[in-house]
Amino acid sequence: MALLEIRDVTRRFGDFTAVNNVNITIEKGEFFTLLGPSGCGKTTLLRMIAGFDLPDSGQILLDGINIVNMPPEKRPIHTVFQSYALFPHMTVAGNIAFPLKMSGKMPDEIRSRVRESLDNVHLSSFANRFPHELSGGQKQRVAFARGLVNRPRLLLLDEPLGALDAKLREEMQIELINLQQEVGVTFVFVTHAQNEALALSHRIAVMNQGNIEQIDEPSKIYGFPRNRFVANFIGKINMMDVQVLEATYSHLKLIVAGLGEVTAPGKEGVKAGDKGIMAIRPEQVQILHHAEEAEVKGHFPGKVHDYLYVGNVTTYIVELANGIRIEALLPNSTAGRAKFFEVGDSVVVTWQHDASTFLND
Amino acid sequence: MAKWLVSGPPILFLLVFFVVPSLIMIVTSFRFPGEFGGLAPLVAPAGEVGGEYGLTLEAYQFFLSNSLYAEIFLKSFGVAAATTLICLIMAYPLALLIASSEKRFRNLMLLLVLLPFASNFLIRIYAWMIILGPESVLSHFLNTILGVFGIAPLTLLFSPFAVLVGMVYVHLPFMVLPLCTNLEKHDLALLDAAQDLGASSWQSFWRITWPLSLPGVFAGSALVFIPVLGMFAVPEMLGGTGDILIGNLIKDQFLGTRDWPFGSTLSIMLTLAVLSVAGLATWFARQSGGMKYAE
Repeated sequence: MALLEIRDVTRRFGDFTAVNNVNITIEKGEFFTLLGPSGCGKTTLLRMIAGFDLPDSGQILLDGINIVNMPPEKRPIHTVFQSYALFPHMTVAGNIAFPLKMSGKMPDEIRSRVRESLDNVHLSSFANRFPHELSGGQKQRVAFARGLVNRPRLLLLDEPLGALDAKLREEMQIELINLQQEVGVTFVFVTHAQNEALALSHRIAVMNQGNIEQIDEPSKIYGFPRNRFVANFIGKINMMDVQVLEATYSHLKLIVAGLGEVTAPGKEGVKAGDKGIMAIRPEQVQILHHAEEAEVKGHFPGKVHDYLYVGNVTTYIVELANGIRIEALLPNSTAGRAKFFEVGDSVVVTWQHDASTFLND
Repeated sequence: MAKWLVSGPPILFLLVFFVVPSLIMIVTSFRFPGEFGGLAPLVAPAGEVGGEYGLTLEAYQFFLSNSLYAEIFLKSFGVAAATTLICLIMAYPLALLIASSEKRFRNLMLLLVLLPFASNFLIRIYAWMIILGPESVLSHFLNTILGVFGIAPLTLLFSPFAVLVGMVYVHLPFMVLPLCTNLEKHDLALLDAAQDLGASSWQSFWRITWPLSLPGVFAGSALVFIPVLGMFAVPEMLGGTGDILIGNLIKDQFLGTRDWPFGSTLSIMLTLAVLSVAGLATWFARQSGGMKYAE
């Protein structure tokens, strides 16, 4: 049986539908992420799982039992809040002991569990500090420890890394993955940062305007986005308007206006005459000096319009014959060299056919 | 330089109208009373022999030798403590309500709390004399009910009860305001977190809201306790003959018996008592966790 099952859950605020008929099944031990832009309904959904908000219709099942009418304090579900919400008048140990006290554990057990929990998040020497004496990352770890100490069935994390700077955030991401593996608690993580979602999750649900757009593993979400929204929201992607010329099980022949024919992997339900988009990730696009170097047929001449050097990679923007600009990402494998092409260079762009995706409109 | 220009006038004001009078009062407490009230001269007039001149500890000896004064001090502290406690119990729910309501209602409600200050203090106390008086609706109603059970009619006015009612009524806003100021700053996410981690609303209150509101509780208590200690108008108007408090005693020394040295001594003892209470309260506040994070 699934640990958490969200069945046909809808939540409206007046005329605004925050969560629209959402269905999600989360397995035990999973690191599940709700990803979407702000206002997509991910936080509302999280609040309904925690019990702070009630669905207008639908069911939320925990271990097969509907918990919609159970108050938050009775649910074996804990939350790590965006602002951490550490109790400022309690020490680190006091904060971590709080859920244990509330569940009526014996003082001896509380002491040993708090100690164990402090060890888990490497804060043993900070037990008697107050929250205002901690750094952002330390507060974050106390919040994790407090959420996990009473071994909830489910830990909800509401953009917990949002307040940290980039470097610390990366460290905490690794720590979070390790922590989840150690304790084995199921995580439901909410974020609007797509790279965070890709790095942390077993599965991701991409949400937009209250709807689930796609639920899949990170590599599937990135590699095979189901629609234009998902493709656009997760990472950078080049898109070209196309029409299907020929559709078979194995491949699609597409016409790009002003450019010619391209091939894309076959996709179920697509038929000749369909209009849509051909999407290709920048890192899948190759740039060559001469057409002869191309290993695949289907290459297009263009001119380097601009480039952006960011250290490990350089992004080149190539303007094709039909005026479409396509981005290509090239790793800077040669130290001290920022670019392989100059602005204005005549080049040829090409890509492996199976790297592109056709998306229906 | 600019700092001194701005803070100069208030410092000068306090120096002239607080420090100097306090020093005068301290000196006065060590002098002899005059024959017809006021003060005896420090130096004997030319030709006078004997008589009481110079400095003395007589007023302090008198204060310490008579247990009546200690009793009045104790009673005054009791009334002040009771008033503070009742104000706290009454003000806390109101402050919670005001702090948790929408901003536009919040300001309106705070205005209503302050509205009694718009009318004169004595008029408000006279109003209480009418409300508690023997011919009042309240007295009639209460005594009718008591009569049914065969209990003798009560006199509400001129009693310790009336004094307490008056004290609470006058000082309630001083408790509500600091509590509101404190409570409206509370991070509501903390209550969500407490509930999420398994706390009932009762537990959230006692473990989160209450300890975090202690600075407000201490501030409000000080603003009620200290003025109640020195208050003489309320016991004089609403209390009976036995309901004298320190305030009345001090007032009588200056305006009635005209024993200035003893009046000054009582004032100094009161100031010392208040300072030690305030010092103790601050010490306790430091010890409790609630203040630690605020510093």
